[in-house]
Amino acid sequence: MTANLDYWRKPSMIKTPSLRYGIYIAAITYFVLTVATLPIDWQRAAEGIERAGRIFSGAFPPNFDRSELLITGFLESLKIAILASAGGMLLSVPLAFMAAGNISPKPIYYLGRGIIIIARSFHPVIVAIIFVKAVGFGPFAGALTLIVYSIGFVAKLLAERIEEIDFGQVEALRAAGAPFLSTMFYAITPQIMPRMVGLGIYQLDSNLRASAVVGIVGAGGIGSTLANAFGRYDYDFALAITMVIVGVILISEAFSGVIRKQLL
Amino acid sequence: MINQNTLDSWSRYTPVQRMKRYGAFLAITLVVVWALRSIDVIWEWVWDAPVQLLDLFGRMIPPDPTNLPSILEAIWQTINIATIATFIAVFLSLPVAYIAAQNTTPNRFTLWIGRFILVSSRSVNTIIWALLFVAIFGPGIIAGIIAIMFRSIGFLGKLLGEAIEEIDPNPIEALEACGASRFKIVLYGIVPQVLPAFFAISILRWDINLRESTVLGLVGAGGIGIILQGAIDTFQWTEVSMVLLTILALVIFGEVVSTFLRRRIL
Repeated sequence: MTANLDYWRKPSMIKTPSLRYGIYIAAITYFVLTVATLPIDWQRAAEGIERAGRIFSGAFPPNFDRSELLITGFLESLKIAILASAGGMLLSVPLAFMAAGNISPKPIYYLGRGIIIIARSFHPVIVAIIFVKAVGFGPFAGALTLIVYSIGFVAKLLAERIEEIDFGQVEALRAAGAPFLSTMFYAITPQIMPRMVGLGIYQLDSNLRASAVVGIVGAGGIGSTLANAFGRYDYDFALAITMVIVGVILISEAFSGVIRKQLL
Repeated sequence: MINQNTLDSWSRYTPVQRMKRYGAFLAITLVVVWALRSIDVIWEWVWDAPVQLLDLFGRMIPPDPTNLPSILEAIWQTINIATIATFIAVFLSLPVAYIAAQNTTPNRFTLWIGRFILVSSRSVNTIIWALLFVAIFGPGIIAGIIAIMFRSIGFLGKLLGEAIEEIDPNPIEALEACGASRFKIVLYGIVPQVLPAFFAISILRWDINLRESTVLGLVGAGGIGIILQGAIDTFQWTEVSMVLLTILALVIFGEVVSTFLRRRIL
């Protein structure tokens, strides 16, 4: 017993040894089995190293010759992001009120939650393909996609904020006989306003980032320019576009951070 | 008398505040109008869009389950891509997090290397990574796994690095005082403190990766996206809606699993 005092082991996170080793074994089995059964073409992958060399040597130095195309693509992305943020905010606010459990009746609450869950579940690229098929190639499909994307994010967080409000003010207005709309405008909106402005600015930044991606499936903006450059094996131009995308994202992230810090 | 009047009428903002608000509204309106006027859109298509959308969704009903076995197989592949990629990325992100955290990094040079890896991984989207790796490794699962891995390293490394920066330095000082080696300090001083954050971040990223891996197929990097793309290209709209429903189920499954794991572990 005394000998044991000299010896100490870090207690394990999972206390039961059988459960602990069971989880380890299960994880290893899963890993080995899936890697073994996945249809991976190892030979093809091995050839990739050589191809990577060719791509990277083709990509350096980045080619800024067609910077006009680059700027047009970026302006389009920016416009898509602005319109999608404006449209997304306009639709998100009523949806957030619908999906807030403390102010809306049960059926409307479930409807609102359902719309938000569906808007959140699909990756913007999937939404973009559907919209591209429905309304044609170009920035309009991109804007519609990002509106859906914004609704999923903004309406969810705004609804959560509405559920956290101080309910006393709503009760006071109701007791004074205010109708539904006045209650909303004077009791609820002032409480959620800072969050709304913050989300709007964040969403503009986030939409700009996403618009670079949805363009790859034909929804306009800088993503389309990038996908075209890749498709034509124009790797030096593609690298130039990627570098500009990264730069703009970093700038817009810093910019929206500064604005939010000043406002809130 | 005049005092009585001001007491009767109440307004929330002072005139200056009000002017600022109007100014902000005006600026937003101007920017939106500029975007609307100059965007390259065929407006006839826009007015036609509701009809087209209804038409498309009409054709998607009812979902066609004949291809369900191959859809489910692709979903299983998608789950595997997300899980394996998260698993490997977790291990690769550990050293990156270690050198990107200000209190554990060996010197300034490694700190900047760590930050550079994090920023470059995070600012390129998964799809763009996938585009690159499909060009390198050819279409297939391996490109998808590597793309997700590359994007995840930045996310995991950044959050884990922040967790390391927030640890309590006292246990480490105590270990140093008894002469523990660097390795033992990490193992007994740092790891136990960041372990909960480590699991929470990994589970969160797995959930995100599950969503992201549903679209990898659209650029040829494996998973359910390939079937979706095929169905869209051949105008099999009833199959498209079936695929969309399974993706919805997958995402909800991921959310349920990650909520369950988070509650068990934390």
